[in-house]
Amino acid sequence: MTISAEKTKYELTGQEKRFIGWHILVAVIALFVGSLFGPLQAFEFSGWDLYQYLAPALKSYYQGLTLHGVLNALVWTTFFIVGFTNLTTIKGLRRPLSHPMLNKIGFWTMLVGLVTTAVPLLAGTATVLYTFYPPLEASWAFYLGLTLVVVGSWIEGYGFFLTYRGWRKDNPGIRSPFIAFAGVMNMAMWQIATLGVAAEILSMLLPWSLGMIDATDPELARTYFWFTGHPLVYFWLLPAYISWYGMLPKQAGGKLFSDSLARLAFWLFLLVSVPVGFHHQFVDPGIATGWKWIHAGLTYAVFFPSMLTAFTVIASLEYAGRKRGGTGLIGWIRALPWKDPSVSAQLLAGILFMFGGIGGLVNASYNINTVIHNTTWVPGHFHLTVATAVTLSFIGISYWLVPHITGKKLYKPSWAVVQTWVWFVGMIIFSNAMHVLGLLGAPRRTPLGEAPYVPEEWSGHLLRVSIGGGILFVAVIMYVWIMLRTATGKKADPEDVPEIPIAESLRDPQLTPEWLDSFKPWLIGAVILIVVAYGPQLLEQIANIQLNAPGIGPP
Amino acid sequence: MSVEQAPAKKTMGVDPFERNWMLFSIALLVVFFTLVTIAGFALGFQVPGVETEVDPATVADSGPFASPGLRQIADGEYEAHVVARTFSYDPREIEVPVGSKVTIYVTSVDVQHGFKIQDTNINMQIVPGQVSKLTYTFDRVGEFPYICTEYCGIAHAAMYGVVKVVQPGAGGDG
Repeated sequence: MTISAEKTKYELTGQEKRFIGWHILVAVIALFVGSLFGPLQAFEFSGWDLYQYLAPALKSYYQGLTLHGVLNALVWTTFFIVGFTNLTTIKGLRRPLSHPMLNKIGFWTMLVGLVTTAVPLLAGTATVLYTFYPPLEASWAFYLGLTLVVVGSWIEGYGFFLTYRGWRKDNPGIRSPFIAFAGVMNMAMWQIATLGVAAEILSMLLPWSLGMIDATDPELARTYFWFTGHPLVYFWLLPAYISWYGMLPKQAGGKLFSDSLARLAFWLFLLVSVPVGFHHQFVDPGIATGWKWIHAGLTYAVFFPSMLTAFTVIASLEYAGRKRGGTGLIGWIRALPWKDPSVSAQLLAGILFMFGGIGGLVNASYNINTVIHNTTWVPGHFHLTVATAVTLSFIGISYWLVPHITGKKLYKPSWAVVQTWVWFVGMIIFSNAMHVLGLLGAPRRTPLGEAPYVPEEWSGHLLRVSIGGGILFVAVIMYVWIMLRTATGKKADPEDVPEIPIAESLRDPQLTPEWLDSFKPWLIGAVILIVVAYGPQLLEQIANIQLNAPGIGPP
Repeated sequence: MSVEQAPAKKTMGVDPFERNWMLFSIALLVVFFTLVTIAGFALGFQVPGVETEVDPATVADSGPFASPGLRQIADGEYEAHVVARTFSYDPREIEVPVGSKVTIYVTSVDVQHGFKIQDTNINMQIVPGQVSKLTYTFDRVGEFPYICTEYCGIAHAAMYGVVKVVQPGAGGDG
């Protein structure tokens, strides 16, 4: 039997490293610029309004909030993920991309899209926040730019699919390497998920902003948007999971506890990520309560693979900790290599993600959602998920990835460890205060420092938001500085440059059943579930489309 | 372990602890789903659903939204129509006797807004072209601000009104 493919090593070429590096560079710049606005919002909550000193360059709190959301939640994530998926595909399959030109075209399309989006954002003609709900209208360039970013990510996705198909043809019967399979699966889920926002922008927002149609149907736009909006968070999260399952165990000195359950978790995400979007529309008019209730059930279902992940990742880490000599109930935790900044980042990210997951159950819970909908609870929640589980994990990944692709040593690893803890502490203060304020009724997306209805009792929590936000800003600056000094440092001895960590499975992956390594049944299942759970409501809204909301255009 | 040693039968290889954890997870989610279902469909803690569709350009010209505010429909039962527009609600104040059951209808004539009455279960997305509706019984005396929870433009933070829940006969026009 041939398992020679398993044994051959494939080192990334200089060209491949540079190509991945461009993605990471754009991502880190987006994180840096977007994070400049974070503390401005957090400080405003305590009545310390720095925006007044930034006029007219920055016109409002809301413009800063839009930049923060678009750059941090959409741009940092997407560019990092696509760059990282290049790495997991090439390294996982141990072969170069089959059509590298396709990926180059995809990257440049994303970059052109980013610049196109940035112009109206900075000019103040796209102050519509990152959900861009019509009929609050942005400049056409904003919608066109976002479209190009998504289309570019699709094109890079095709590059991964073709490479994977080529590998599969050459390796029949061999289990696909986990990190490659998981990255490709995430890009496949993304192709399905983004059909919603593509329909929204191409059929409604772009023609409207170009003056080809006069008005929009805002409720239909919301349904389109959230078709994409929730699987979007899994698109962000799954690359972090790839690292937690497929890399972190190796970094911690252990092995992946269960290859088959890791795959099962990913397939379940493909299956149930999309038909859950109505849980963002629980308190919307125009959508029957029955469909909302069904999506509540499916949202609980998508919680299940995260529960599987919690078990498998913790079991893998416990295996590592005990191998390192850790004993007792929690001794193995102390035995983990906390001094490795990449490890500490991901462990701390995982700890906060547990709280994010528990809060997420509240959001999913149909009628309980009325307590927290559009309150600061929601940004409190997603700063634990996308801004910690995802972002802090990506930061951890970049602590080995950037040295690996640049051939340098990480600048001051001990500072990097401190950086991860600063993030952790800042986020605990920030997100806890945001959750509490939300339960007290504070609206999100609102400069609470100036809102007339804010009662005195909130001021302590508002101050904690400001303090947490300030600490997080320090953590971002530390991270960007470490990245900058690493990338501009001296070439290191190849011995000192970190390898790409790839965890072995405790059990031979060949023992994993065939159905856990086959796209077809899961893709068919995903499409069927979407048709059943979204089809009737979506078709009804499309059939009854009322383009009667002309809205308010940009200044 | 090598492929040669692999048994012919391929299995998931689920650890007993992991199997229990999976069963626990499923049970937990089933219990939660059952509870919110009972709360929603048996106890009446509901979310907004399909109501009338309207034309935002004309909705405030005729019909109930042309004269927004509170109307009594039965003993102790009221309905209130509210028009949301950047950056205020019409009416800005609603006064109800304590114990009143009020069905609230809100629509927008321009962009999306929110409508959340503090310290109650009323929280709705307000979308042009749609009417959002929820019912609530105000059983505590006091002032309950209703605030815009969706970004609607530059003065969004100033958009609010107030429900005054008063003792019957304590004054006001009801």
